[in-house]
Amino acid sequence: MEERELHLVIVGHVDHGKSTLIGRLFYDTGCLSPSKIEEIKESSAAEGNEDGKIEFAHVMDCLKEERDQGITIDIAHTFFNTDRRRYVIIDAPGHREFLKNMISGTSQAEAALMLVDAERGVEEQTLRHCHVLGLLGIRQVAVLLNKMDLTGYSEETFKTVKAKIVEVLSGLGITPSFVIPLSAMEGDNVATRSENMKWYDGPTVLEALDSFESAKVLERGMRFPVQDVYDIDGQSVAVGRVEAGILRVGEEVFILPDNTKAHIKEIKKYLEEDIKEAPAGDAIGITLDGQPLTRGQIVVDRVDSKITDTVKANIFWMVDKDYTRGVPLTFKCATQDVKCTIDKIFQRFDPASIEVVERDASVIKPSEVAEVEIKLDKKVVVDSFDKIQETGRFVLEHDGFTVAGGIIL
Amino acid sequence: MDQLTMLENKSIFIIREAYAKYKDIALLWSVGKDSTTLLWLCQKAFFGKIPFPVIHIDTGYKFPQMYEFRDHYAKEYGLNLIVGRNKEAIDGGMGPGKGSKLDCCNELKTNALKQTIAKYGFKALLLGIRRDEHGIRAKERVFSPRDENFRWNYEDQPAELWDQYKSESEGEDHVRVHPILHMTELDIWKYVKRENLPISELYFSKEGKRFRSIGCEPCCGPVPSTASNVDEIIDEIANATTSERAGRAQDKEDAYTMQKLRSLGYM
Repeated sequence: MEERELHLVIVGHVDHGKSTLIGRLFYDTGCLSPSKIEEIKESSAAEGNEDGKIEFAHVMDCLKEERDQGITIDIAHTFFNTDRRRYVIIDAPGHREFLKNMISGTSQAEAALMLVDAERGVEEQTLRHCHVLGLLGIRQVAVLLNKMDLTGYSEETFKTVKAKIVEVLSGLGITPSFVIPLSAMEGDNVATRSENMKWYDGPTVLEALDSFESAKVLERGMRFPVQDVYDIDGQSVAVGRVEAGILRVGEEVFILPDNTKAHIKEIKKYLEEDIKEAPAGDAIGITLDGQPLTRGQIVVDRVDSKITDTVKANIFWMVDKDYTRGVPLTFKCATQDVKCTIDKIFQRFDPASIEVVERDASVIKPSEVAEVEIKLDKKVVVDSFDKIQETGRFVLEHDGFTVAGGIIL
Repeated sequence: MDQLTMLENKSIFIIREAYAKYKDIALLWSVGKDSTTLLWLCQKAFFGKIPFPVIHIDTGYKFPQMYEFRDHYAKEYGLNLIVGRNKEAIDGGMGPGKGSKLDCCNELKTNALKQTIAKYGFKALLLGIRRDEHGIRAKERVFSPRDENFRWNYEDQPAELWDQYKSESEGEDHVRVHPILHMTELDIWKYVKRENLPISELYFSKEGKRFRSIGCEPCCGPVPSTASNVDEIIDEIANATTSERAGRAQDKEDAYTMQKLRSLGYM
């Protein structure tokens, strides 16, 4: 088995079969314990499912309300294995009112499975979810045309729906890695090749998953946002996580936004000695030869970030209340935490239609995407999302809650 | 970076984030394998000196071995240990033999925790729950707010993007922080092995049985097992066909007892 796990989100319109697919994947790969199968048989029977037929959706939908209403309300993380590696599966809800849960789930993924009901085709949340995938920079996407059994396994239906979804995704800069016809309920093309669709010669869902790649650490701009500073035996140790690139002992670095120079003296981890370098993802402590650091500063290996109090971005508004231009928010990017307002709303639109609702607007409505300019109370250190994702994305907070996510242009 | 190091880094990041935001914070230590792993991760995050108290919620019904383990390692690690008990309920005779499991857990665990938090004024708690333990826990956020009644509003949880966790908000009594939410049971045992962590002897097989999950003695049943060391446990779990909490009585009372307990503030 490969070393690293892969985080995978399953998205799509409500009732297109996300939870059922996951249940089926678990079942077919032997990742459901007999006791779990028994429990699900019982809860399925309690709902009136005859003949011990399994409601695969119950594997993921564990809340009583979810089973009663037959919907997913909140994301659930679960785990399953193939011969290649371990997967963390994030099941995202398909209802519009749970969009913030869907976005939370998608933000943690490296790849996505987009489920589309082959009979019903592209629907409102399909479009909205495609848009979220595009904005969040998820480029590994497999489209799964589900419920093929209901179309009589029709190749013609498959071709029509496939053309439509490929068009929508390519408009958002995503080329789907695969488009797979399947039936999650019956198991066609999930773990095993379907006998009912001999006209299809592409991979099964499992084969598609195993072809995805996990994120790699690149030799690029190093970013170390300071998380906190501890006094360890009289020594000032700045702790944090390397967000991008590789941090090395002895290296000349710059402390932003002040742009002062220093050298890395030591990399510290408890009970480990003589660490020479730390790659992206490593939670470490460092000591420097310069001034003591504070939370929110960013240590970089060369100064090619934006140091600015004005940020242009695309944001998605996730809460049920409107935003009115000028209302104070908090901008949070890496460990930076700065008061701000949205000063300009260049345009806003409903991602389900992609048509601009209004230009030069004064409000942003729930579940809308907007291109904005954010005015900050002091300078922050950011990158464009295309260059370094970790310092190119941020959230906006109101009364302690995240109300929007954003991508820096 | 290997899988275990990646999981460890994620946990340490979360622990440090919680401490950076909340100085009135404590770690909830049940003495089980998960919170003992969390305790070790805190040692690592703070270079060997945990700068906040460690709470043990004591129902009075824990295994004797758990009390011994607790006292031994509290001393060895130099912990600032707080033992929280719902004395009134214990004196009033509440116990596993009386009323439902839901009531007992609620009184002796949840309410004991409420009293402890109120007494010390904690604003944040670190808990060692994991997503793969139970379907309800799979829905948790890393930072999960609770109101003064400890209610978990699972129908409207905060958005959590890119490791940006919610800040303190109005009407919040405390926030539950879950640094090992992303680890599985198997990860925990592999990590225990790699770090050579001390773990309660109850987990290891004696006379063909061991505990896979520990809590109160009357409500924990052992599972048949010959696994008497960490390696054998890793082998056993990798091939397990039953769930981890199969021996826990409170899960079985009704399919949604965990959901009810947790919405009332249970861990």
